[in-house]
Order: sequence, then C-alpha cells, then structure tokens
Amino acid sequence: MNKILLIIKREYFSRVKKKSFLIMTFLVPLLIIGMYALVFALSIKGGDNIPAVEVIDDSGIFNKGLEDKKSATFSKSDLTLTEAKLKVVKNEDAFVLYIPSDISSGGTVEMFSQKKAGLSVISTIESQLNDQMRTKLLADAGIDALTLDKIKPKLSVVSKELTLEGEKDSSSGAAMAVGFAAAILIYMSLFIYGIQVMRGIIEEKTSRIVEVVISSVKPFQLMMGKIIGIGLVGLTQFLLWITLSIGLMTVASQIIFKGKMEQIQSEMPMSKQAAVASSDGPGMDIIKAVQTVNWTYILPVFIIFFLGGYMLYSALFAAVGSAVDSDTETQQFMLPITLPLLFTYIMSFSFIVNNPDSSLSFWLSIIPFTSPIAMMVRLPFGVPNWELALSIALLIGGFIFTTWVASRIYRVGILMYGKKVSFAELGKWFMYKE
Amino acid sequence: MLSIRNIVKQYANHRALDNVSIEIGQGSIFGLLGPNGAGKTSLIRIINQITAPDQGEILLNGEKLNPSHISKIGYLPEERGLYKKMEIGEQMLYLAQLKGLSKVDATARIRYWFEKMGIQSWWNKKVEDLSKGMQQKVQFIATVVHDPELIILDEPFSGFDPVNAQLITHEILELNQKGATIIFSTHRMESVEQLCDSIALIHKSKKILDGKVKDIKNLYRNNTYRIAYSGILNPAETPLFNITEEKKDDEATHLTIQINPGYSSNDVLNFLIPQVLVTELTEIVPSMNDIFIQNVKN
Repeated sequence: MNKILLIIKREYFSRVKKKSFLIMTFLVPLLIIGMYALVFALSIKGGDNIPAVEVIDDSGIFNKGLEDKKSATFSKSDLTLTEAKLKVVKNEDAFVLYIPSDISSGGTVEMFSQKKAGLSVISTIESQLNDQMRTKLLADAGIDALTLDKIKPKLSVVSKELTLEGEKDSSSGAAMAVGFAAAILIYMSLFIYGIQVMRGIIEEKTSRIVEVVISSVKPFQLMMGKIIGIGLVGLTQFLLWITLSIGLMTVASQIIFKGKMEQIQSEMPMSKQAAVASSDGPGMDIIKAVQTVNWTYILPVFIIFFLGGYMLYSALFAAVGSAVDSDTETQQFMLPITLPLLFTYIMSFSFIVNNPDSSLSFWLSIIPFTSPIAMMVRLPFGVPNWELALSIALLIGGFIFTTWVASRIYRVGILMYGKKVSFAELGKWFMYKE
Repeated sequence: MLSIRNIVKQYANHRALDNVSIEIGQGSIFGLLGPNGAGKTSLIRIINQITAPDQGEILLNGEKLNPSHISKIGYLPEERGLYKKMEIGEQMLYLAQLKGLSKVDATARIRYWFEKMGIQSWWNKKVEDLSKGMQQKVQFIATVVHDPELIILDEPFSGFDPVNAQLITHEILELNQKGATIIFSTHRMESVEQLCDSIALIHKSKKILDGKVKDIKNLYRNNTYRIAYSGILNPAETPLFNITEEKKDDEATHLTIQINPGYSSNDVLNFLIPQVLVTELTEIVPSMNDIFIQNVKN
C-alpha cells in the first residue's frame, strides 16, 4: 500500500506542479468573476447613455408628464407626430414616445428611435403610463386613488423549504442554476480527467517505462495509483476554484454593492429605497439567490458524484489507454465511453429538466453510468434521501465493477506493443487468468 | 539460487513456455539464450512476477517466489524507457522507492551510482534532454540501485555504443564479484562467451540445452583439429583421421582433420613428427554461436 501511495504522489505532484494547472486554476475563477461583474455592469448601466424621451401626448390624459427615472428622462414635446418622426430619422439619439388620442379605446402607444430602446426604458414607461391611466380611470369611476391605496392589501408569498431540520428560504431558480452548473462541470471533468488518465497510461506504454514499474508493483496498483492521483488533482482544482471564486465574489460584490447603494441613495427618495434594493436589477437577485442555495448539501453531493463518476469512467479510459499504442488509435474504443455521457447530457437538459420526477429521470439518476450528471440536474427539484443513497451505493458498486473489468484488460494491454486491437481481443485479454 | 521448476505458460492459442526447468547457481552469470519468440521474455516476466505461470513454481533461495522478493531482483527489460518529462534524480528516487528503499537510503545509493558513472550533474536534467546512450546509463542505475541479489538483464547491450557497453560490462562483472547473481537474456553470442559461466537454450517454448558453458562446449567437441606443417606428408591415407579441409600456402600446409574414435591427438603427433615439421596443432572447439545455430536448426 506504501507503493500505491508513492504512485499517487508522483501522479499528483507531477501534474499539480505544471504551469498549465496553475493557469487553469486561477483563470477559471477570474472568468467566473468577470461574468459576474459583467452582469452587474449591465444591470447598473452608465449614466451618460440615459435616453431623453420626448413625449407627444395627443390624448391629453398624461398632462402630468412622466417622471424622470434612472433609466430614462422625459420631456413634453409640442411637435406633431410627422415632425417628430423626421427628427428621429435625422438624429440617432432621439427617442419619441407617441400616445395617440384613442388610447382609452384601444389605441397603441408607440416608441420611435433609431436605436432600439432598452427593456428597462420600456418597462418604466409602461408602469408609469399604467399608473396614471389607472388613477384617471379610478377618478372617472368616482373612486379616490389615495383611499384605494390605503385599503389595498400588500400580500406576497415567500417560498420556504420545510424539512425536519427546520425551515429556510428557498430560491429554486438559483438552486437550479447551481445544479445545472454542477452537471455541466461533472460532464466536462469526466472527460478532462478521464482523458488525462488515458494519456498517462499511453505515455507509460510508449515510453516503455511500464515494464520497469510493474516489476516493482502490481499492474493494479499502478492503475489505481494513477486514477486516484489524477482524481485528487481534479478535486484540488475544484476546491481551489470554489475557494477562489467565493473569495473573489465576496470582495467584488462588496465593492459593487457599496457603489450601487450610494448611487441609489443619491437618486431615490428614502421611502422607495428598500423596495428598490430588494428587487432592482438582476445583480442583487444573484447575490440573494446565491445566499439561499444550500451549499452544505449541494457541495458534498457534487463531490461524491464527481468522484464516483470519475472513478467509474476513468477506469474505462485506463483500459482504453492500455490497449492502444497512441492517441490516434483510441477513437474506436472511445465511442462506447462517450455515448452514455453524451446521451445523459442531452437527456438532462431536454427531458429531466422538464420532468424531474418522471420514472425515466429517476432511472437515469440511479444507473451508475448516467447518474453523476442526471442526479445533479434532478437535485434542485428535491430528491428523496433514499434515492440519493441508492444512487451513491450503485455508483460505488459501478466503479468497483468497471475498475475490475479495466484492470483485467489493463494488465495484459500494457505489455502488448505494436498490435492492432479489436473489441474481441479485449474480451480475450479479460478472460486471461493471470 | 534460483530454481525454475516445470514452468508452463499458456496464452490463448500458443504455449509460451512448455515445462521449462532451470537451475541457476549462486553467484553465476547465467545466459538465457534463444531465438526471438522462444519464450525468454515470458520466463523473465514470470521471474519478475509480472505474470504468473500456469503450472510449476520458482524458488528464490529455497523460498517460493512472493512479493517480498521484488526488492531482491533488479530487472532491465528489453523494452525499456523512462518518464520523459521527469527530472532524473526525482525519477531515480521514485523507482528506487518503488523497489522498497527508504527515501534516505535511495538518495544515498543514487548519489553513489551517479558519482561512479560520472553523471552527478544530471540530477535535475529531464530525461528528454539526454541522448539515448545517456538514458541507458540512467536505466542501468535504476536496475541496480537497490543492490539486488539477482539482476536480470534482457538484451542489455542493445542501443549501447561500444564505450558504454564496455562500461556496463565492467559494472556487471563488479556486481557479480560482490555476490550478485546475473541472468543475461541475449542472442549476442560473443557476449555470452565473454561473460557467462552457464547457459540455458530455449527454443520453441522448450528448454533444449543447459549447463556450464565449458561442459556444453566439451559436449559439442567432435575431435576436430587444425594442424599445420611444412614438408611432405606421405601417405596421407591413414586410419588415424580424416581430412575435412586442406589448404596450402608458401610456408605450410593447413589441414582440418577429424580424429577417428580410439585415437588421440598424441597418436596423430606421433604419426606426423617422423615425416614433417609440425608448426600447429589446435583443437577446434565449437563456438556458442555454432552450438546455438546447430541446435536451433535441428
């Protein structure tokens, strides 16, 4: 066992010390933070690009005018529609809002501009117009808008997960995003690290070191040492990614959050601040949502399924690596490994997402070859503990099985040079006694 | 030291070793000979416990071969190599530790060998930066660094230039003098003659010949002599011997003769001396090469 440890150490450190490992480890969190920052930047928007909208009100209903918001400013215009249209054609920064006289009887409000108006501009206009329209309609009907506001109930539904451990806020959107991200991460890493195992074995075979090594250790020890060593490399990378991402995200969000709050305070009357802070912009939502995800549940499950799936598939990659003499010969053997992974991936995002509790989804998340990906997709929708336990148990059984099969092929394969190998040949190797 | 007993190794559709038994004495340099595909490598892999025999057993110092013997055997495979991107010192440490040495012992032994071979400066070099001959040196050190009792060298000289081959030969002999038993697998007969005291010849999965080199050569002596003389030999027809080859030059006549059973070289001399001036009488002992070819052809 001491020797397996030596092999694990070599496999681990020879990879972790590589420059490419360091680059990947630091680049990925930076990319994640970059995207995160981009979302913020987009949600805040620079102040210099606020469209100035000229409002032509033919209906006369909105004579109060529209209030300036941070997404747009408004001014009344005395131009006719034709003049205004001409102005828009000439001036690319011009925005004209046209309210027709028949607005009360089903007319359409139109917005003219060369550049497409942003969604937030449109929604600001819509809500203001609707508010004023409502006030007017209420007044027409003899109802005082202020009285109505007072008696208007303010109810909202907060979704809470209730389990034996107590209740907590849930945000199914964020949980789903995390689950999907985990599934994609597992899908990619099964390939990335599985192929590293395969390459490592091909390298040992083509450099002919393998015979020297297996005169000291059993082929099984060499194979397991390699698989475990590379698995630990993957785990190290994930843990570094997670730590770095969380660290950077905390720092970044604090800076951005502070800046945003100041900006909001300078723009808004105090009474509206609370409402804005909780609902304004997708950036805030992300922070809130990330906090509601049950990390202590998702992270361990993710790591278990990553490791289980990795062990299961890397054993198969190892068998392929032992059977061939070079990367180019691996193609025909890769297909049966790639297919179940690809199948699960496609099924996960087309079927399981929509039918997480169907029996097909259940089986996909239970069968070891598909469960590492399928289970991560199902997880946010709630998976009973017994299903999770069954899936993990089968996954462990699955990798013991593939490791056993692979090691029988491996021990013969690594000593075979210059032979074109078929599946029948692999079968024969598997049957060899010792 | 090593007893190989009735080893059978069967692959799917061919038998690699068929009831092979060989005894290798303590401290000997043993030649394991045979044409390509005879089963030498299969046997060596079994001795190294890389594969297991289907039948038979192998005893090392009277003990049945088991994993604890790995540290007592040093193996230089015919198909050999190193991790190309790994530094040499680190790589040697790894291989020595796999053989069971502690890190401290391994470091000391590697330093000793690096110094002996004059390659101390290579410690931090990568294997891919070395020439093939240099790699072979490193590989040889990896084979013997754990001070094995039994050293198995499969075609050790392939790929060596004459200088390195000489160096390695010297090291092998020195290790042998210090008590190591050495098994050579080769089909280069001149190195067998030069180094081995005993051999076994494997052909088509069977052992067809084994014993001390001296004894085997004796076995293949067939009373053939080369004689040279000046003067005229008359009559050439004699019951003592048959002439198989005759060659004359200005100074002497050279004959290759086969002495008939019942007579000795002295009888031949007695016959020759009264008639001619004998300048040479040498027994032609068959070379290992001849014996090898003769056995493999039959």
